[in-house]
Amino acid sequence: MSEPLKFTYSVDGDNFTSAGQASVQVKKVLRRLGLDPETIRRVSIAMYEGEINMVIHAGGGEAEVLIHEDCVEIILRDKGPGIADIEQAMQEGFSTAPDNIRSLGFGAGMGLPNMKRYTDDMQIESQVGVGTTITMRVNL
Amino acid sequence: MTVQTLAGLDGFCALTCPQPDREICGAYVGDLLSWVMGRAEADNVWITIMTNVNIVAVAALADVSCIVLAEGVKPEQSVLDTAEAKGVNILQSARPIYETAVLLAKTV
Ligand SMILES: Nc1ncnc2c1ncn2[C@@H]1O[C@H](COP(=O)(O)OP(=O)(O)OP(=O)(O)O)[C@@H](O)[C@H]1O
Ligand SMILES: [Mg+2]
Repeated sequence: MSEPLKFTYSVDGDNFTSAGQASVQVKKVLRRLGLDPETIRRVSIAMYEGEINMVIHAGGGEAEVLIHEDCVEIILRDKGPGIADIEQAMQEGFSTAPDNIRSLGFGAGMGLPNMKRYTDDMQIESQVGVGTTITMRVNL
Repeated sequence: MTVQTLAGLDGFCALTCPQPDREICGAYVGDLLSWVMGRAEADNVWITIMTNVNIVAVAALADVSCIVLAEGVKPEQSVLDTAEAKGVNILQSARPIYETAVLLAKTV
């Protein structure tokens, strides 16, 4: 087994305008590596949803993307408020997004469900007051 | 049909078109970004009235062929500049969303 390619990004929690930059970068990398368009799309969307969640709900964080021989792994870590009830957060339509965020088109409560749907595996570890780590895997 | 051809049709115009040769296949209508990312398919036309800069990233990552802004809404120049730089096509339609979708269905 060769070492996985590894990319790390810091996700700025204050800058809503540039939110999504890490995902756009990853998309470029995957294109250059010649992955098929549907896989790129799934990775890009899942990562973007997670990245946006870190900006909106957790004040930023860091993203790590590992390209293994058989899968792409995305790890999102933040030191935000954490998620008290993960099962509830995973439900379509559940959102705590404030009005100013909703007016931008976010807050439909579809981000976490999308992340689950577009990936082959997703694990959420979260502790209230400490932070959240989400690990996603898309098989190649 | 390509995005450039669509932009040339009566009722549509290009606000920025960095990838004019992209092929169009189907369409999705919606303003809630996570719905768009969950439901739109690659190469779709995405019809919306949202104009904030986040639509550019959504369009790029969901891999739609172009955004069509209905109701004649126009984003700020900075949004168009970002779209141009990221290779995202943005068209405009003066008609309401429903009529824009009907017109699109008749022509594509
Ligand atoms: N990183 C996080 N830290 C703290 N809370 C989170 C985090 N990610 C999600 N949540 C919580 O889970 C809820 C559901 O998240 P989800 O992404 O599904 O919806 P949303 O972000 O509110 O809206 P949408 O993603 O549709 O724009 C959020 O409203 C928030 O309460
Ligand atoms: Mg979300």
